[in-house]
Amino acid sequence: MPVEIDIDEKTVTAYISGEIDHHNAAGLRNEIDEAIEFAYPEILILDFGAVTFMDSSGIGLVMGRYKLMKNLSGKIAIENAPKSIKKVMRMAGIEKLLSAEERKEKAFV
Amino acid sequence: MKPINEMKLTFESRSCNEGFARSAVASFISVLDPNVEELSDIKTAVSEAVTNSIVHGYKESIGTVYIHVKIFEGAKVCIIIRDKGCGISDIGKAMEPLYTTCETGERAGLGFSIMESFMDKLKVRSKPGKGTSVTLEKSIVSKG
Repeated sequence: MPVEIDIDEKTVTAYISGEIDHHNAAGLRNEIDEAIEFAYPEILILDFGAVTFMDSSGIGLVMGRYKLMKNLSGKIAIENAPKSIKKVMRMAGIEKLLSAEERKEKAFV
Repeated sequence: MKPINEMKLTFESRSCNEGFARSAVASFISVLDPNVEELSDIKTAVSEAVTNSIVHGYKESIGTVYIHVKIFEGAKVCIIIRDKGCGISDIGKAMEPLYTTCETGERAGLGFSIMESFMDKLKVRSKPGKGTSVTLEKSIVSKG
């Protein structure tokens, strides 16, 4: 499984691993959305700590989940993104979701 | 200009080949001793171009994607990614950041922006009904 999901009272955390491209984004999306629709969390945390590669399909994945969480009046945060993945995220201006982590505090967009 | 080394690759436009394509290109240029960031930039740009051919060029059908990598004196890498798919009628529009034909909201529309900013040069040629060719260039500077 390229994604492991933890569900607790308020939070769904998706620990994504491996490569995120167009080929495997759909599978990740389905699993994460299933967890969101199961738990209706206040916060979705996408943990990129074990992601080794990401192209713009990963941005689509984050933006799609951002919209979904927004519709549920929830929040989304990105954690542990490696340097190369932050570089791709910066292209889309979604580093806002990261900046809190870089300041070593938790804040959500 | 004659390359000092080159490689050609053809494969079917199946999404499972996206990972193969970017890894194959990365392996071929690894003799130039690129650093982690350069390698990652090239893999990302190749992945974007190949995904465009598969998703937009050939859409529901299966065609052939052609990759030609040339290495020139001075560690200059030139990667040409070509398909014989539907082509792009308005390249200027296709290259605008955030422009996408995807209606599900799951594609960011950043493919060309990433290719442009992660590589030194990006050139696109396309003819509707004939296909699209993308040339990516980057000089590997980390060595020495």
